[in-house]
Amino acid sequence: MPKLESIPDLEQLREVCLQSRDVNRPCLTVCAGSGCTASGAHDVIAGLKQNLEKLGLAQTIDVKSTGCHGFCEKGPVMIVWPDGIFYNRVTPRDAAAIVASATNGRKPVEKLLYQDPQTGERVLHENDVPFYARQQRVLFGNNGRIDPRQIEDYLRVGGYKALARVLGGIPGETIVEEIKKSGLRGRGGAGFPTGVKWEALRANPATPKFIICNADEGDPGAFMDRSLLEGNPHSIIEGMIIGACALGASTGFVYVRAEYPLAVEHLRVALRQAEEIGLLGENILGTGFKFRIKVVQGAGAFVCGEETALIASIEGRVGEPRPRPPFPVQSGLWGKPTIINNVKTWASVPHIINRGADWYAGIGTERSKGTMVFSLVGKINNTGLVEVPMGITLREMIYTIGGGIPKGRQLKAVQIGGPSGGCIPSSLIDLPIDYEELTKAGSMMGSGGMVVMDESTCMVDVARYFMEFLEEESCGKCFPCREGTQRLREILDRICAGKGKEEDLALLDDLGWVMKETSLCGLGQTAANPVLTTLRYFKDEYLAHIREHRCPAKVCKELIVYSIEPAVCDGCHACVQVCATEAILGEKKKVHEIDEGKCIKCGACLEVCQPKAVLVS
Amino acid sequence: MPTLKINGISVEVERGASVLDAARFLGIHIPTLCHDDGLTPYGACRLCVVEVSNSNGNGRTKMLSACTLPAEDGLVVQTHSAKVEKARRLLLEMYVATCPQSKTIQDLASKYGMRQERLAPKFDNCIQCGLCVRMCEEQMMAGAIGFAGRGAKRRVSRPFDITSPLCRQCGACLYVCPVCELRCHGSSAESTLCNGCLNFSTVCFQSYDDAMCFLDPCHACEVGGPFRSDVPVKLSTVKSAQQEK
Repeated sequence: MPKLESIPDLEQLREVCLQSRDVNRPCLTVCAGSGCTASGAHDVIAGLKQNLEKLGLAQTIDVKSTGCHGFCEKGPVMIVWPDGIFYNRVTPRDAAAIVASATNGRKPVEKLLYQDPQTGERVLHENDVPFYARQQRVLFGNNGRIDPRQIEDYLRVGGYKALARVLGGIPGETIVEEIKKSGLRGRGGAGFPTGVKWEALRANPATPKFIICNADEGDPGAFMDRSLLEGNPHSIIEGMIIGACALGASTGFVYVRAEYPLAVEHLRVALRQAEEIGLLGENILGTGFKFRIKVVQGAGAFVCGEETALIASIEGRVGEPRPRPPFPVQSGLWGKPTIINNVKTWASVPHIINRGADWYAGIGTERSKGTMVFSLVGKINNTGLVEVPMGITLREMIYTIGGGIPKGRQLKAVQIGGPSGGCIPSSLIDLPIDYEELTKAGSMMGSGGMVVMDESTCMVDVARYFMEFLEEESCGKCFPCREGTQRLREILDRICAGKGKEEDLALLDDLGWVMKETSLCGLGQTAANPVLTTLRYFKDEYLAHIREHRCPAKVCKELIVYSIEPAVCDGCHACVQVCATEAILGEKKKVHEIDEGKCIKCGACLEVCQPKAVLVS
Repeated sequence: MPTLKINGISVEVERGASVLDAARFLGIHIPTLCHDDGLTPYGACRLCVVEVSNSNGNGRTKMLSACTLPAEDGLVVQTHSAKVEKARRLLLEMYVATCPQSKTIQDLASKYGMRQERLAPKFDNCIQCGLCVRMCEEQMMAGAIGFAGRGAKRRVSRPFDITSPLCRQCGACLYVCPVCELRCHGSSAESTLCNGCLNFSTVCFQSYDDAMCFLDPCHACEVGGPFRSDVPVKLSTVKSAQQEK
């Protein structure tokens, strides 16, 4: 492609791209995000191509891989254009049927359509699926429509339009003012107003200035930034170029973890394409503005998502935070003024420029504006990525979008905000999700992890699990976080083993408080949240462990005993076969027995027992 | 020059000074373990936390480490508020449990009136204040030691665990160490908390009638051997310590 010399050149290229594709031409788009790839999307793509070639239709029907649609539970998912028919759980064996239906009369393949679990009805289009119906997909809307490896696709959906407007003569202060007016807040977790941050950087006379995109997403079970980088990298690049233009930066960095190989690859492809057509580099679109983006791969430390640790990591030092102030806008990367924003924050910028601050400010609640992306995981029917307006209630999130809890179990708690977020009990199910409400409830927005837990989850065990994670991931620089996470985990270990004392609860509370108040960085300040919130909302469970030496959810191994009910056991021998430690005694057709000394309480027998003779007490 | 308010007293300090410097200028003692005047502030021990609010702020306060906080115009600082004291006591409770053999830590614990220790003793040899690492690099110009590992596994180490040729064995690292330099012999498996110096009030070299010396830290422990505190030993601590073993 030729290098674009001016802003009209960009619009011309967009026209060329739009005209080169007939909207009525049939196209099979398959989601190739990480979730669908794991469930076999690439085999599906290969199958489709094979079938098309067999029928000699490879030139008339396109096959395209796109970014993540978010509905990972039902992956691989795909859409047949131009009708927009949505198929889920597609396998390579279905390829022939899909190709056949796309060519002959376009009658959809019934069994691949989404089936509403309540009514049993089949749903034809993606937007009518209940999972999508309540979402507002501003950032992720284009993911399913474009091939992330093709800049032409991004241009077709109106990409780089905001950049063209900005370079066409919007002054920097107007952009900052617009971002401020939109009410956009940092999507990395803390929720600091983005416009205020940008204003502070503009006010700093020192040069050069740097901008950084924080893509060091490390929460267990969260993959929002990953999906956006994999599915629509140009939206992030466009946001960063606009930011650089408004703030007067000439170099940008994307700090992304090396564990995201596909994200790194797509980002690199996108950067190369943008540079080739002159959207990055010297003299962008002939305006004299120059800007470059470099990719820095992180080695996977959770703490490097903290901005000062991230800066240290880019500089080549150990990824440990340093006290603020001075803030990065005053003295950041190599002592120069630096802005760090999350992936989703940068990706929101083009939308705000295109559609106006008032439109963006119209979404959400009074103090939390716009949309937020959550990764809905855990004990929930519809696992996946959801983008919702701020202020939606937990109830809608879990029952309408998430489709409720599997196996008809009861909701117990929702853990929001990653490992250092807090557990919100089911009694607060009508809580609107925004920054302030979550903080009030003892949790936080975080980067948007949302783990749903049902009655089979032990809250003490959950707190212990997250403490284990944080103990491992604490950088160890400041004392309260390093020592506090270790001590909290020790005490929780003791309680889970039935050796806790009632004084331990006051101790947990005290240690949690001091970590929150005195730790150096955000990691330590929030690390006690899982303990403090479970203590606040589920104190009875702690007390059951301590006073009665009983685990109400029957999870803590030291407090449960496996046994076989003789009256129910039919001697089928299934449990004997799965028992790894040969703890189950008894002959075939006779009542079995469990040797407590050998039993490791793995639960394998419980799962295979048909007559439900295995008891846990 | 910036003017700030510490505990209600206005003080004007030179540009570049920290809040800790300003407080010391006023004669206010803020405890530290990782701070040394000749070294870069590190902000890791967190004992010097102070409550800070802005004069034009909304009354909300933040707890920040005084050693790394630049003294800026309009800061309002409380160095010994109830919240700060509570935080320091809890931090010291954790410090004493980690290194009960450090006299520097035991002295601070006594000074802050600690009467209970609820955590099991660890007898670690290091609190990772980083004084030795910074001393070696910044004052001795050697850089022979550094930190290795992360979280609970983080430790002061030599490159590849072999003594570096850069090390001149000057002993400066040892000299600044708050844990291994002064030993407290007062703590035992029965009670991690010594409080010996606090309750030691009879023999002093410089006592005249009722007047006591104000040596800080008091070296009585060093001179007289183990002095038991009058604080009753808590049975629960003993039991849990034994169970741990």
